Amino acid sequence: MTPFLIAAVGAAMPLLYATLGELITEKAGNLNLGVEGMMLMGAVIGFSVGLHTGNPYLALLASLAAGAAGAAIYAVLTVSLMANQVVTGLTLTIFGTGFSSFVGEGFMGTAAPAAIKSLSVKIAIPGLCQIPVLGQILFYQDILVYVGYLLVIAVTIYLNQTKLGLNLRAVGENAAAADASGINVAFYKYAHIIAGGAMCGLGGAYMSLVTVPVWQENVVAGRGWIAVALVIFASWKSWKALVGALVFGGLNILGLRLQSMGIHISQYLVDMLPYAATILIVIVSTRKNRKEDMNPADLGVSYFREER
Amino acid sequence: MLKVNKRAELPKNRESIIRIGAILCSIICAGLVLAIMGFNPVQIFREIMLGAFGTQMRMQQTAVKAIPLIVTSLGILVAFKMKFWNIGGEGQIMMGAFGAALVALNLPNTLPMPIMLLCMAVVAILFGGIWAFIPAYFKAKFNTNETIFTLMMNYIAIKWVTYLQFGPWKDPASQGFPRIATFSENAVLPKLFGVHIGWVIALILVVLIYIFINHTKKGYEITVVGESLETARYAGMNIKSIIISAMLISGGLCGLTGMIQASAIEKTLTANISNNYGFTAIITTWLSRLSAPVILAVCIIFAGLLQGGAYLQIAMQVPASVADMIQGIILFFVLGSEFFLQYKVSFTKSEKTTIKEVA
Repeated sequence: MTPFLIAAVGAAMPLLYATLGELITEKAGNLNLGVEGMMLMGAVIGFSVGLHTGNPYLALLASLAAGAAGAAIYAVLTVSLMANQVVTGLTLTIFGTGFSSFVGEGFMGTAAPAAIKSLSVKIAIPGLCQIPVLGQILFYQDILVYVGYLLVIAVTIYLNQTKLGLNLRAVGENAAAADASGINVAFYKYAHIIAGGAMCGLGGAYMSLVTVPVWQENVVAGRGWIAVALVIFASWKSWKALVGALVFGGLNILGLRLQSMGIHISQYLVDMLPYAATILIVIVSTRKNRKEDMNPADLGVSYFREER
Repeated sequence: MLKVNKRAELPKNRESIIRIGAILCSIICAGLVLAIMGFNPVQIFREIMLGAFGTQMRMQQTAVKAIPLIVTSLGILVAFKMKFWNIGGEGQIMMGAFGAALVALNLPNTLPMPIMLLCMAVVAILFGGIWAFIPAYFKAKFNTNETIFTLMMNYIAIKWVTYLQFGPWKDPASQGFPRIATFSENAVLPKLFGVHIGWVIALILVVLIYIFINHTKKGYEITVVGESLETARYAGMNIKSIIISAMLISGGLCGLTGMIQASAIEKTLTANISNNYGFTAIITTWLSRLSAPVILAVCIIFAGLLQGGAYLQIAMQVPASVADMIQGIILFFVLGSEFFLQYKVSFTKSEKTTIKEVA
C-alpha cells in the first residue's frame, strides 16, 4: 500500500501546481481554459532548457517563464481587449499544444541529462519522515513536492490573511465594487493570471523533467483539464486543492495497481472516476448553494469600467 | 490619455476593414514567428494554401474535414444562442459515434443501406442528445455550471470508448491490436462527387438551422432566453423546457457528426474519432457570431488550415504542429480585433480639463 501512496503523491504534483495556478486565476474572475496549453509550453521549454544547459534550476525558471508568457497572451486578450474567456482559453490550448509539439520535434524520445535527474532524487525530511506510515509517504519525496507543499501554504495565507489576497477576492467577486473602492482591477487580473500561468508551466515541467524525464509528445496528457475540474472539486480553496490533487493523483495510478493486485477493472473505467466525481461535486455544491463553496461571482465576465 | 467607449453601430465597410486588418496583422505576426524559427513564411503559407485548395483531390480532402466542423458548429450554435456554454461537443460526438457503432455492429449486414444508415443516424442523434441532456437537466433544474459539466462529460465519453476499444469490443480478428471491428459495406455513407454525402447533410442542416433560429417560434424562444432570462420569464416562456429541448438539438447534431465520422471516415469506432472537432467547433461557432451561413465559410477556412497543415508535413517535412501554431496566432488576433469592433478608442485631453468643462 505504501509504495502506491508514495507514487500517488508524485502523480498529484503536476495537478497541484496547475490547480493552484488556475485557482488564483479564477479568484481574479478569469476562467482560463488554456491550462493544458500552458502546461505543455512549460513542459517543452523546461525540457529544452534543461537539455541544452544541463541546469535543473534554469530549466524550472524557463518553464515558469513559458507558462507566464502563455498566460500573458490570454491576459491581454481577456482583460484589456475583453475577448471571450472560454474561446481565448481554448485557443491558448491549441497554440500551446502546437508550440510544444513543434519545439519538441527535434528531441522526441531524448532523455533528460543526468544533472536534470537530480530533481527526482528523494530527500528525507529529518524528523518528519519518521512519522509512522505518513512520514514515508509525504516526507520522503523529491524537492518539487516540498515546493508544492510550501506553495499550498503560501497561497492559503495569501488569500486569507493578506490585504492583497483580500483585494484579489474582491476583484473576482465584484470587479465594479473593487474598482470603486480604489483597487486597480486590471493590475490584479494581470498579475494573478500571469502568476497562475507560471504555476501551470511548472506543473508541466514536473511531467517532462520528473515524472517521465524523456521528451514525448503531449506529455501532459489531459492533466490540464483535470486541473480545471480540481479547482471546482476544491471549491476554490487552496488546501482542498492539495487534497483533491492527491485523490486524483491516486486515481490516476489506481487502475494499474489494481491489476497487479489481481483485481481486473479496466484502467479506463477507473480513469472516469475523477471526472464523474467532479460532476457530482458541481451538482452538490450548487444544490447546497453555500456561498463559500461557489465560484467567484464575476468569474468569466469581462470588466468594462464605463459600464459599471 | 486613452479613452474607450462602447460603439453604437459600426458601418459594414468599417467592420470589414477591421476584420481584414486583423487577419493581415495575424499573418504578418505568424510570418515573423516562422521566420524567427528559420522557415520561409511565404513558402509555408503558399504550401498551406496549395495543400488545402491546390488540386481537386485536396479540395475534396478539405471538404471531408469541413463536414464534421460544420455539423458540430451548428449544434454548438443552438446552445450558444441560449448562452448555454456547451463545451461538450467532443463527448457528444463520441457518444453519437458509439450509438452508430452499436447499430452498425449489431444489426444484420443484409439490411438495405438506407435503412441501416437511417437507424445509425437516429441512434447517434439520440445518444448525443442524451449526453447533452444530462448537463442541460441539471442546468435547468438547479442552475448548475454547464461549462465544467459538459467539459467533464467529454472525458467520460472518451474513456468509455477507449474502454470498449481496448476491452469488450476489441475485434478478435485484429490479432491483439486494440481496434473495433470494421463496419459492413451497408453501414458506410456513400459518395457523391468524390466526397461522402455528409456534405449534402451539412448543407441541408445549415439551411434548416438558419430557418429554425430565425423563423420558428422555438428558435425565437431560444434567442430570447439567451438575451434575457427576465424577459423570457416575463413573457411566460417555459425556460426549463426551452433549455432542455435546445440542448437535445445541440447534442443531437454533435451526435450526428459522430455517426458521419464513424461511418464515412473510420468505418469503425475509435477513441479519437472526435479528433478535437468538438473544441474547434466552439471557436468556429463563436467566430461566425452565431450565424449559420457564416459558419459554412468559417469552417471551410478552418478545414483548409487543417488540411494545409497535414500537407505541409508531407510536402516540406515541416511538422503539422506548425499549422496549429499559425491557427492559434491567427485566432489570437481575431479575438483581439473583436474589441475594436465593439469599442472605440480615442485620444482625449487629460481628465482634468474634462472635469473643468463640466464644471
